[in-house]
Amino acid sequence: MAYSEKVMEHYTNPRNVGTLNKDSKSVGTGLVGAPECGDVMRLQIEVDENNVITDAKFKTFGCGSAIASSSLATEWLKGKTVDQAMEIDNMDIVEELALPPVKIHCSVLAEDAIKSAINDFRVKNGLAPIELAKSHH
Amino acid sequence: MELPIYLDNNATTPLDPRVLEAMLPYFTNKFGNAASRNHAFGWVAEEAVDYAREQVAKLIGCTEKEIIFTSGATEGDNLGIKGVFEMYADKGNHIITATTEHKAVLDTCKHLEKLGAKVTYLKVKEDGLIDLQELEAAMTEQTILVTIMYGNNEIGVIQPIKEIAAIAHKYGALFMSDATQAVGKIPVDVIADGIDLLAFTAHKMYGPKGVGALYVRRKNPRVKVTAQMDGGGHERGMRSGTLNVPGIVGLGKACELCRLEMDSEAQRLSGLRDKLESALTVLEESYVNGNVEHRLPHVANISFKYVEGEGLMMAMKDLAVSSGSACTSASLEPSYVLKSLGLSDDLAHSSIRFGLGRFTTEEEVDYAIEHTKKAVNHLRDLSPLWEMFKEGIDLSKIEWAEH
Repeated sequence: MAYSEKVMEHYTNPRNVGTLNKDSKSVGTGLVGAPECGDVMRLQIEVDENNVITDAKFKTFGCGSAIASSSLATEWLKGKTVDQAMEIDNMDIVEELALPPVKIHCSVLAEDAIKSAINDFRVKNGLAPIELAKSHH
Repeated sequence: MELPIYLDNNATTPLDPRVLEAMLPYFTNKFGNAASRNHAFGWVAEEAVDYAREQVAKLIGCTEKEIIFTSGATEGDNLGIKGVFEMYADKGNHIITATTEHKAVLDTCKHLEKLGAKVTYLKVKEDGLIDLQELEAAMTEQTILVTIMYGNNEIGVIQPIKEIAAIAHKYGALFMSDATQAVGKIPVDVIADGIDLLAFTAHKMYGPKGVGALYVRRKNPRVKVTAQMDGGGHERGMRSGTLNVPGIVGLGKACELCRLEMDSEAQRLSGLRDKLESALTVLEESYVNGNVEHRLPHVANISFKYVEGEGLMMAMKDLAVSSGSACTSASLEPSYVLKSLGLSDDLAHSSIRFGLGRFTTEEEVDYAIEHTKKAVNHLRDLSPLWEMFKEGIDLSKIEWAEH
């Protein structure tokens, strides 16, 4: 299978690889996927007092499309408010990276990772987690 | 050195220029139909086919009358298994095979199950070899065929063929072997090994695609298979269809070259393979899959834990290799062969198969080592699992959200 240029670009120069302090109250961590399924994403956000995401980092075990999806997600997250981040839809990632149908699950995983990071942040700060629609993969 | 480097010789091999040279006249002025008995065009083609039959027979130690030309190993597997099932229907309906066989064998057996066959799929041990006691325990009076591959396409392990044949014969069953990966690479002698049917193909031994052969024993016992295609009764009535003369000439030449160069080539390749393997297993948490004693000289299958195979192959873009990762297949299931060895899914996802060949040079292997190491380290820097492993977190204790 040939990869799109954008996937290759993110894969070759992944943005925001790294680790934030998961114990900090201003950091939310999402760990989704499973090693048995061949992909695990860890996505972290750092949120300031205005509810703006000031930093985002990821590490991903998975194929090129999974790595590109999470790299793109971190790029999009920076500067958004948490509410805006909730709006990121997996299909936006599919479109931006021109993912083929067999790779759509990579974008779903990235969306799940964003939401799970936001919920982790909310719970840490005494807010109720947002009820998530059961994703379809 | 040209990039990318081809290290997927278990998928297919390049055509040897000497084979191409032998084939060329049979596309043009020597175009005759080998079945045309009444003119020179036919005789020339027939003579070429006869000569190729001798070259093929010599490689596996049989007589030329025992060679049935086919379109490849998939057809050979189909013809052998279905042909025996039909021909020996009054003797029994039980077939024994193994879970690590190629799909050409497994799916043929599944097809026959719908037609009333009883099939036993033997499990393999951790090293990929079958358990001979389990085989013997599975034999019944109804067993007509035992079909076990010679060398495995993913991990290269060589089954104990002689012992398997002896058990099959002890219970009056025939023994067939899919030897696609073994013929031309290691000595295969159907008499010494006790093989009754043997399927193989040209394009795994530097011959052309679309041509192969099925050996069918003619003496002690005389084996027959029911034809699976009806037509002109070519190949002693077992495989109809105008013979692919240029392809058959290519198969013959490929067999001859393999026979003449096998000893030195096997030694050279296993040397390169060992070099590759020992350099790559220096990396932490990397494991060789399959038995390392009984195996083909040119295959190395290595799992690099905490990196995913397809992602790894993308980072190794100068190398043409293959992976047991699910992402490389449409099914999203990791390799069933690796899973049969008892490998966990995550290790199966992390595997890379390196298949060396006649045209692989030491310089290429050195490049492959450095390139692979760099790619593994790069992806581990990106891997949350690697980070957790390094922090001493037990990954098996984490509740993963399986999807």
